[in-house]
Amino acid sequence: MSRVAHGSRRLLIGVALLYLAVFLLLPFAIVFGEAFAHGVATYVAALTDPAARSAIVLTLTVAAIAVPLNLVFGVAAAWAIARHDFRGKSALVTLIDLPFAVSPVISGLIYVLVFGANGWFGSWLAEHDVRVIFAVPGIVLATIFVTFPFVARELIPLMQLQGRDEEETALSLGASGWQVFRRVTLPNIRWGLLYGVLLCNARAMGEFGAVSVVSGHVRGLTNTMPLHVEILYNEYNPTAAFAVASLLALLALVTLAARAMLEAREPDLRHATRAVQVAQATSP
Amino acid sequence: MAAVLPVATFPARTPRRVLPGFGLSLGYTILYLSLIVLIPLVAIFTKTAELGWDRFVHVISSPRVVAALALSFGTAGVAALFNAFAGLLVAWVLTRYDFPARRLVDALVDLPFALPTAVAGIALTAVYAPNGPLGRLLGALGITVVYTPLGIVAALVFIGLPFVVRMVQPVLEELDREVEEAARTLGAGPRQVFARIVLPAVWPALLTGFALAFARGIGEYGSVIFIAGNMPMRSEIAPLLIVTKLEQYEYASATAIAVVMLVISFVLLLAINALQAWSQRRLSGTAR
Repeated sequence: MSRVAHGSRRLLIGVALLYLAVFLLLPFAIVFGEAFAHGVATYVAALTDPAARSAIVLTLTVAAIAVPLNLVFGVAAAWAIARHDFRGKSALVTLIDLPFAVSPVISGLIYVLVFGANGWFGSWLAEHDVRVIFAVPGIVLATIFVTFPFVARELIPLMQLQGRDEEETALSLGASGWQVFRRVTLPNIRWGLLYGVLLCNARAMGEFGAVSVVSGHVRGLTNTMPLHVEILYNEYNPTAAFAVASLLALLALVTLAARAMLEAREPDLRHATRAVQVAQATSP
Repeated sequence: MAAVLPVATFPARTPRRVLPGFGLSLGYTILYLSLIVLIPLVAIFTKTAELGWDRFVHVISSPRVVAALALSFGTAGVAALFNAFAGLLVAWVLTRYDFPARRLVDALVDLPFALPTAVAGIALTAVYAPNGPLGRLLGALGITVVYTPLGIVAALVFIGLPFVVRMVQPVLEELDREVEEAARTLGAGPRQVFARIVLPAVWPALLTGFALAFARGIGEYGSVIFIAGNMPMRSEIAPLLIVTKLEQYEYASATAIAVVMLVISFVLLLAINALQAWSQRRLSGTAR
């Protein structure tokens, strides 16, 4: 390589790394810097505050409901789409991607229109004393909506890449459908499934816009962690806001590290995960 | 987005034997989608229909709504354009050069995807605030970022970078380097090689990445509202205006703005689909 080419190579690497350091790493690092700005004691106090604790519990609860439901949906959708041929398949795939294309605010709005006081089922719900909007069920619904594509989107390309041969062979050797799924499909897709669940979970715990619209921000009752971050921040308590935010930032880091590890284990996954993250097109 | 992961790239085999569980899995998928997506989505259109055409036009042509939509589209466009350049550079460096910690840097590109938007929002505000590390620097140059439209662009630049990088990266990886080397042997300079060989090959992917970052920027909420200042007519984005209308119980107005955004997103989705198909054809053309 000529000296000139060598020089421009260094320049380009330098500019790219500087860019990433300033625009990506700096915002990430500042979360921890601000969280510990007033020492460890303040940090711990912010996380053990009753409102923070109830926000953490609610976030875990919502994820514990939404993620398993979306896991079952994702496996079913992937089995139908990657293992069978039928008309309207691409329309179905587009429909699964819809939450990526919709603003998170609109994802919350649609449930307000259905279950809110003036919504379709609003008066019926009021008569039966059931609250969906400004209550936990609304938060769960909005979270399910924004996170349902993740598992399906991870599994579909992976299963298409792997093909149907193994399952068909197992079937011809006399295995039952359920046996084929458990003994052949599941071991083949387990890492992809794990990563899909991790992504789905990270997004479920971090969702802000959609949850904000349906939550009503009742402190101690309908505040998830991201909403609690917002309230603390708007109350001019940035240190506490960043303390809660640092937990979510750690979750992001763990998710990224898990992806790197799973991709190293399963090369097919790289193809599939690259596709799914780009597919996360249009919202958190 | 459907576009990005075309099912058609993995050719479907003709089934020798149909695997079981089709009815159950498809039935469950459709039932779930109907309950979670289709029914609520119909609500948005029936609610808008209640408004009537004249009221609908009145709502969406009010100065505040027009300003918010223009701001959302304008800032998303500027940020996506910026990311097209920055993303191409980052993708180029990641695929063509080897340097220490390359894999780590590659993984970090996805940080904006993984970081919850509210966290990104307060973090970016801290970075660009007058006493923040970048804010102080820019303030010395007389540039204020927070609570201005520039702050919105800064947030969308953060959110949108991975889209361009992840679209362009695989194309650069697949690109046959022998063509570039042949051009060099024939006397082309590095700039000519880039302009005549590399750029035409990555162009569709670059455009798709731009469109994805743009589409995401229009709807973005969490990372923007903290840094934007949210002043009506000046730094109030369209998704925030929907929230404001909802808080004032103006459900029909909120829904009308949402419909406009949905229709535009849908058009973008179709455009991205077409771009993606074009990009895939080009990619398979250069790979073989």
